[in-house]
Amino acid sequence: MGKAEGALATLSLFLAWQVAALAVQAPVLPGPLAVLAAFVQALPRGLLWHTAVSAWRVIASILIAVGLAAPIGLVLGQIKRLDVVAAPLIYITYPIPKIVLLPIVLLFLGIGESSKIFIIALILFFQVLVVVRDASSGVRPELIYSVRSLGARRRQLLRYVYLPACLPAILTALRVSTGTAVAVLFFAESFATNSGLGYYILVEGWGRLAYPEMYSGVMAMSLLGFAIYLALDWLERRLCGWVQLGK
Amino acid sequence: MIRVENVSFAYPGKEVIFQSFSWQVEKGESWAIIGPSGCGKTTLLYLLAGLRLPQEGAVLVNGQMVRRPRRQTGLILQDYGLLPWATVHQNTALGLTIRGVREPQRQAIVTQWLARLDIAGVSAQYPSQLSGGQRQRAAVARTLALEPDLLLMDEPFSSLDALTREGLQNMVIELGIESILTSVLVTHSIEEAVFLGKRILVLPLPPITQGTVIDNPLAGQLRYRGQPEFYRTCERVRQTVERVGHDGQG
Repeated sequence: MGKAEGALATLSLFLAWQVAALAVQAPVLPGPLAVLAAFVQALPRGLLWHTAVSAWRVIASILIAVGLAAPIGLVLGQIKRLDVVAAPLIYITYPIPKIVLLPIVLLFLGIGESSKIFIIALILFFQVLVVVRDASSGVRPELIYSVRSLGARRRQLLRYVYLPACLPAILTALRVSTGTAVAVLFFAESFATNSGLGYYILVEGWGRLAYPEMYSGVMAMSLLGFAIYLALDWLERRLCGWVQLGK
Repeated sequence: MIRVENVSFAYPGKEVIFQSFSWQVEKGESWAIIGPSGCGKTTLLYLLAGLRLPQEGAVLVNGQMVRRPRRQTGLILQDYGLLPWATVHQNTALGLTIRGVREPQRQAIVTQWLARLDIAGVSAQYPSQLSGGQRQRAAVARTLALEPDLLLMDEPFSSLDALTREGLQNMVIELGIESILTSVLVTHSIEEAVFLGKRILVLPLPPITQGTVIDNPLAGQLRYRGQPEFYRTCERVRQTVERVGHDGQG
């Protein structure tokens, strides 16, 4: 997407919002200009801090999920005997909506940071695990043979073949699941906490009937998701130059 | 240089491909292996490369049993051999990087081979941006940069158009590969086998116990293609392939 197309899409969105606000004519739906003004005012008064807390939680979750799922996926993709054992387990657990486990996670990990990060990481873990396993097992044997013939051992195969082969799949999986991660973040921050955008939207905005503040929080959360998406897009362009050639 | 001694091999759950198969290659010889589709040509190459191990018997190179890929054996495959995520330069340097050759020396070797194979101009490009011929030149550069003493080639030019294929076959001769190395070329092209292989091994359909060897001393000369003797040898090889394809063991 080019800059002009992006600007046009944003403008169209704001225009539709303004039309809806004018049609509704109620405090529950302020126009975009009012929200933008509230957003700018709210930033130094706590919104920036809440955004930073949410960003930390979601970024930590992404790093933990990738750090655990990528090596396991690589191993499962390469060692068929292990995959045969693990595949039914993944097949059964993958479709479980992980968010329903939140009460159990809270019981075990408490209401602090770890429970929120754990539940988001758990959701991302399965997304990354499955795509890395498939990408790893999909590496052509001829490629492995040719690199082995150059003298590569397992560690070097991992570095020069498997990791780069799986990287686009990892980034795509993360990009696809960014929306889910931020949605779960909102849910996890909506109770038993006093920080994060979920808290800000529900307690500081909705709970006090301060609608412009509430929308400021919604805007911040949207921007957070968008920023993560853009960062992953940038990483793909930077690290997977050869993939871009095919697009 | 290569001794294949009573080798038996079958892929798990599949029919036997080699049954007590023996074969010998002397140092400096250039061999071409040809045979009907699915006869096990590529499998034999993988056994020589140490990428597959025989269930019985042994493959020895320079008297050493091959249990894993040898450092001095180069392998060039039909396709898929280059890393799609690495540029031509990075691909050419890969073997040197894996073997821990340091940067100034590595750079010098890579630059020399890219220039020699006429692909220096595309060194920053990815394989998907190259023509088939350029890709195979890069694969050849990557392998020869390691200065192998044994070169194994698995249908290296088969996916190319006729003119590019002939150009690369000429390149193999111009580089003097057949005179400085021991080389084994697997091909399904009779003309390629006759042009490049001073000795030609014709394999029958499995289970293979022995092959038919055809001597072809004029191979390895650019002028050979087009001469009456070239066509006579092609015809002889064709008849042998057809015979072993129908009758089994040569």
